[in-house]
Formats: sequence, C-alpha cells, structure tokens
Amino acid sequence: MAGEMSRAMLSVEIRKRFSGNGAAPFILDVRASFASGFTVLFGPSGAGKSTLLDCIAGLQRPDEGEIHLDKEVFFDGARGISLSPRRRELAYVFQSLALFPHLSVEENIRYGLAKLAVAEQYRRVENLVAAFHIGNLLQRRPGELSGGEKQRVALARALVTRPRILLLDEPLTGLDASLRRAIQGDLRAWNAANGIPILYVTHNREEVDAIGEHVLTLADGRVQESGVPRAVLDAPRSVELAQAAGFENVLLAKVVEHRPADGVMRVSLENSACEIEIPLGEAAPGSEVRVAIRAGDILLATEAPHYLSARNVLPGTIESIEARGVLVAIRVRTGASFLVHVTPGAVRSLELAPGQLIWLVIKTHSCHLVR
Amino acid sequence: MNTEAFLLSLRLSATVAVLLQLFALPLAYALAFVKWRGKFLVESVVALPLVLPPTVLGLYALLAMAPRGPLGKLWQSLFGHPLAFTFAGLVIASFFYSLPFAVQPVVASFEALDRRLLDASAVLGASRMRTFFRVILPLAWPGVLTALVLSFAHTLGEFGVVLMVGGNLPGITRTVSIDIYDRVQSLDYAGAQQTALLLLLVCFVVLSIVYGVNRRVWSPWPAR
Repeated sequence: MAGEMSRAMLSVEIRKRFSGNGAAPFILDVRASFASGFTVLFGPSGAGKSTLLDCIAGLQRPDEGEIHLDKEVFFDGARGISLSPRRRELAYVFQSLALFPHLSVEENIRYGLAKLAVAEQYRRVENLVAAFHIGNLLQRRPGELSGGEKQRVALARALVTRPRILLLDEPLTGLDASLRRAIQGDLRAWNAANGIPILYVTHNREEVDAIGEHVLTLADGRVQESGVPRAVLDAPRSVELAQAAGFENVLLAKVVEHRPADGVMRVSLENSACEIEIPLGEAAPGSEVRVAIRAGDILLATEAPHYLSARNVLPGTIESIEARGVLVAIRVRTGASFLVHVTPGAVRSLELAPGQLIWLVIKTHSCHLVR
Repeated sequence: MNTEAFLLSLRLSATVAVLLQLFALPLAYALAFVKWRGKFLVESVVALPLVLPPTVLGLYALLAMAPRGPLGKLWQSLFGHPLAFTFAGLVIASFFYSLPFAVQPVVASFEALDRRLLDASAVLGASRMRTFFRVILPLAWPGVLTALVLSFAHTLGEFGVVLMVGGNLPGITRTVSIDIYDRVQSLDYAGAQQTALLLLLVCFVVLSIVYGVNRRVWSPWPAR
C-alpha cells in the first residue's frame, strides 16, 4: 500500500508440462524469488516468460510446486490450494494490453475498483491520470487511442488497484525509445512510493538496461541466470541467451590451447584454420565450445593494421552489404562467417563493396564463451 | 387472411425465442469457456434438429407428451390437464426444434472473444458473473441478437413439428403455416397466398435486420 513501503517477497517454485503435439513436450520449471523493485525477465520467445506470469497471476495452473507472496499462499500443489486470480490482488498488463474495447478509458481504469465507493474510485483515477498524463483521454474508447496512449491507459488500469505485485508482459513494445523512456520514468516514480515486486518481460536489450535493477534470464522453460543486467547479459553463458541478448555472431569453436599466463585461450572457428584469442574459460583443449561476439564490437580495416592492442586481426572478404536504417550489416567471410555492424558513413568513407578484401579487428574481451 | 393464426404464431415464436435464449446463454457459456468431458455429446444433441426431419422430432415429442408418455404424465400431475395438443406442448416441442439456432450463434460469438479480456477482468478482481455481464455479453451481443432473431424466425416457419404435436385447433395450435396448408387443401389459393406473402415479408425483414447488423456470427454467408 502506498506510504507503507511494504517490502514484499514473491517466491515461485513451479513445474508445468505442456504436451507438444508430437514434438518434444515443453516443461516450465522455475524456482526464483522476486523482491520489491524491478526484475526483468529476459529470454528468447518461447522461453516460458508469459506462462510464468500466467501461473503467478493464477490464469494457468502449474502441475506442482508453490507460489507465495511473503507468507500468503497463492498456489500449493501438494495441498491442492490455488487462489483464484481475483483474490491474488495483483495487476497484470498483457502484451496485447486487453483494454475493454466497449468501455471508455475512464470505465476501463475504474473497472478494478468496483468494490470501492464511487467517490473513492474517482479520487484514485484522478491521481493516476495525472501521474500518467492521460487526463484528456478519459472519455475516449480504446479504439481511438494511439499505441502509446493505450499502453499508458493499460498501466493506469493496472496500478489504480494498488496491486501487491505488478506483472508486465512486454508492455512497451512498439514504442519509440523516447516515449518508452518517459513511460518507464512514470513507472519508476510510481514504484518509488509503492515498493512492490515488478516482473517486467522484454525482448529488448535497451529496455533491460533502462529498467533493470535485476535480471532473470529464461530459456527453454528454465532459469538460466540471475543477477544485475550487465553481468548477466554482457557475458551470456548460453547460445539462446546470447542470441536474445543481441550477440549476432554465435560461432562454433574448438579450443586449441590454453595460455593461463595471459588469461586467454586460442580457439579455431567453424572447423577452419581461422583462429582467435578469447578469455580463458572452463573448456579443455580439444573441446567444442561456442563463442559469442556482438556485430557492433568488430572493427573493419581496409589495410592490414599494425600497432594495435587488439589481439585478433583476421583477413576476410566482404560477402554482402545490407543497409538497415541507421546501421549497415556487413557479412564477412574469413574461415568463419561474421556479421559486422558499421555506420553508413563508415561504408562511404572506406568505400566498402562486396568482394573486397578486408581485415576484422576483434578485442579478446569482446569474445564470450557460451554453452 | 387468418389474423388469429398469425398472432398465435407470433406469440409462439416470441415465447420460444425468449425461453431458448435464457437456456442458451448458460449452455453456450459452458460450451465455449468450460472444459468438460462429454461436451461433444451435448453439441451433437443441440445440432440434431438441424438434420432430423421435423416429423421425426415431432413424433418423439408427441410420444413423450401423450397422456401416458413421461412428459405428459408429469405435466398431468403438475397442472391437472394433458400436455398434447396445447399451446404449452407446442412451446416445448418448438423449443427443441429451434435449439441449434439459439445456441450456435451465441457459442460462436463467445468463442470469437479475445480470451485475454476475460483474463484481464479476472485479474482486476471481477467475479465470473461480473465478467459475464460487463465483458462477455456486451461484446457478444451481435451473436445473442442473431440467436434471438433466428430462433424466432425458425419457430415462425415450423410446420412438421406443429402438425405432429399441435394438431390443428384454431386459436390454440393452428399456426400460420398450418393455416396455409389448410387453405391449400381446401383450394383457397388466394387466402393461402396472402398469408404466405406476409410470412415471407416478415422473415425477410427479420433476416435483413440480422445480417444488416452483422454477418460475422453464424451465417451461411462468408465474412465481409
């Protein structure tokens, strides 16, 4: 409740199995705790993020396990307890937002306040409407709102109930970065006063950095890692996570030799003669590993560079050049195939063209060992 | 033209349409939103009148309503008079005859709803009842209207079932379609045509209203 600064802890330990219609069954198997404040749930699509939120909200029933908010039982498989969604007193903003299309914005926001006196309903709506800058929209229907307005209304409808937990399933996808930052700011200000656990699902790496005090990564129904965003996502330890976290290059590699004195090891890429140096990791010489490298962390040079601190300089040929808005994606073939992101200006000044000979420059610490 | 028969048909159709909708709403809810075994059996029973000849349905209804039939006996003990060849008997038989037209459009419109809206309602603290009246019904009303109108129109046009269980008692069970049949039998083609034309117009107007309002819900025509 506002003002009291409850410091609630949500604990989840659940398993749920989905038969896969012939394919391998999907199993959600999660054990995690969520303190008050933001926790970002991050992972590739199909990792089970939305299913996890549905289970916490009571919209799907786990096969077994427990869900608690502090001492209160939401779900206990062994004791056959499953609190209905409306008794969990939490709020959930769906990816589709699910605003009621036949009700006005104001009626949407008041929907969860039916138990309160009408005067109190209006007082609460007024407070939230001011905080979320939607005062001029109250009489409109959801169909008449822009994407950003809808997202604000959905957040207001959720928060006005003073929930004990807030579940947000990609609530800000499709918004441009500045609008997203503004809404995130509103949300952060709101939670400074309320201090409830907020579970925030996103695919977007920028959002993780903007929001995340804590990040929990899911892949294939399981928790992969948990920690502060920089530590978890800048050095991903699984292939799925590396791809989701924006590592465009995930290459097959074989450990050639360890150089413990330098804290590095040499690996050969994609069964070719092409070798690079990466930070020393837990992989024996001869073993197969994967190496993740961001496309934006690779430099290009049109002549063989000298006097560089970067240890990996690989000659290659440009296979393709593809403009993608403010960046250009260049595919370079060495022994392995690399994706490199540069600016359109760099392409012009270096006069890059397909077929051209080029040198890739990669710092050792831009290369990450993943499982 | 036989006004008495026409009014009787309107009264019968309106009664049946309203009763059917009261029954169809909870049944459609159970068919659309609740998982249960044996659902397919109920769905088949509901659809049966679509394929069964009205005479077959009428025959079984007549047997059930006869003084020694199960329904007839029950009725006799409750109300002290027989059920067969009464208006009430006609209502009961027509109820089953028009059942699919009352249930299927509602199920279709319920199933077309975005489930996340129902989830949102539940998370926002609404009971099932409140969700039904505040979210499901307002969004599915074109389907409910279609069901009302179709079951009304279908009952208006029934013949075989009425003939079997109603007989031909003026003011009690002689509906408009029976009246037309009678007139043709007695070679009163002018009278038959008048009534037939009126029936045709009423049905046309009713269906125009339904398809004018929406055609996404249970309709032989593809979606616009």
